[in-house]
Amino acid sequence: MHEMSIAMAVVGQVEEAARAGGAHAVTSVRLQVGELAGVVPDALAFCFELACAGTVLEGAELVTESVTARARCGSCPGTWAVGMPPELCCPGCGRATDVELLSGRELEILSVRWEDGPAGAPTREPIPEEA
Amino acid sequence: MCRVVDLRQAVLAKNDEAAQVLRTELTARGTTVVNLLSSPGSGKTALLERELLLARERGVAVAALTADLATENDALRLARSGVPVKQVLTDGLCHLEAAMLGRHLDGWLPGDTRLLFVENVGNLVCPAGYDLGESLRVVLASVTEGEDKPLKYPTAFGLAQLVVVTKTDIARAVEFDEAAFRANVEQVNPGVEVVLTSARAGEGLGVLLDRALAVGAGGGAHAPVMARQQHAEAHGHGHGHGHAHADAHGHSHGHGHDHDHDDDHDHARDEGHDHDHDGDHEHPHVQTVAQTR
Ligand SMILES: Nc1nc2c(ncn2[C@@H]2O[C@H](COP(=O)(O)OP(=O)(O)O)[C@@H](O)[C@H]2O)c(=O)[nH]1
Ligand SMILES: [Mg+2]
Ligand SMILES: [Zn+2]
Repeated sequence: MHEMSIAMAVVGQVEEAARAGGAHAVTSVRLQVGELAGVVPDALAFCFELACAGTVLEGAELVTESVTARARCGSCPGTWAVGMPPELCCPGCGRATDVELLSGRELEILSVRWEDGPAGAPTREPIPEEA
Repeated sequence: MCRVVDLRQAVLAKNDEAAQVLRTELTARGTTVVNLLSSPGSGKTALLERELLLARERGVAVAALTADLATENDALRLARSGVPVKQVLTDGLCHLEAAMLGRHLDGWLPGDTRLLFVENVGNLVCPAGYDLGESLRVVLASVTEGEDKPLKYPTAFGLAQLVVVTKTDIARAVEFDEAAFRANVEQVNPGVEVVLTSARAGEGLGVLLDRALAVGAGGGAHAPVMARQQHAEAHGHGHGHGHAHADAHGHSHGHGHDHDHDDDHDHARDEGHDHDHDGDHEHPHVQTVAQTR
């Protein structure tokens, strides 16, 4: 359910960019998903396929890059992988006043691969209603 | 021609922007939004009933909006307090979004409202990612839900600015281990305040109201570690301008966002939504509640 709304948001944003860019078929979408983004990649992939149906993304592949959550403490050297469930207190000094999360919350569309150019350019299928 | 286009857009960028606009507007007119998240049945409505009544007794102008998948029961319960209450039926959507909230407030929220309590859809997963323009995010868990709830739902608890334990009147019966619960909260959200309440017995009554008023008075809410992620790369707008780099047969692409969002009825509050608002530097990714104030 949650992944469905995320998938629909991804599709909506890509559609908008594709329209602006004159694309007639999107073939793949690269997404960065942090460990702490609260999204399950498998569930997202499933929903993505459904959300793409009937859009310029129909049949597009979803490539997810997961990002490990890491943090650092201002008073101690080094960084740590916070893990899941995350440990956000510093393993060195046990405090968290100066802890900074370096990565892990990403939920971002990195890039999109699409077909554009003059209509009639060879693609997998003739251009349907979207154009 | 096949090309790869860099988008670099936070997936929830639109919601984040709408939330930021809403927060700015409401804060400017003296309204503080409190977003309440929990599993179904944790006791959000029961606690709110008491807090609203108390606010009314104290002469504090409050209002409540409650979101549910289907029924109006919660609104009926809350309305007994006598304060303005609105029910939003999400029709299957598992969370509220900022633009939806904005639309529901238009023409309903009394201008002098100091606190607006938003009871989100009962769910600890989906609503966690959606900033509603709140200045205080509260996550509730009842004593019956298990001490490890914060570890099972780290995003929800990790982004909370206040954690409320409910139903303490039955804590003993269910052998609620307060120390373990607190330790688990601390692990995912160091430093966040945990308050114990019982809507039934009255424990901790008024704390929610006090904390919300304190934030409204500029007191500053807790900034969770999880909401403090720094962004190494300063990629610009959340709504990216695609730069095609596969080849440069340059026609103008990208920039889809500036104009043609005629279909964009989800920006309930377009006024003031100019595209060069502060967002340029720091709103990619899931917008943090900590930037809230
Ligand atoms: N024992 C006890 N039960 C409570 C308390 N607060 C709520 N409940 C019960 O928990 C159930 C769910 O409460 P409700 O407020 O509807 O939860 P919500 O879904 O989070 O809004 C109801 O049966 C309430 O009577 C409390 O403080 N003590
Ligand atoms: Mg309720
Ligand atoms: Zn340290």
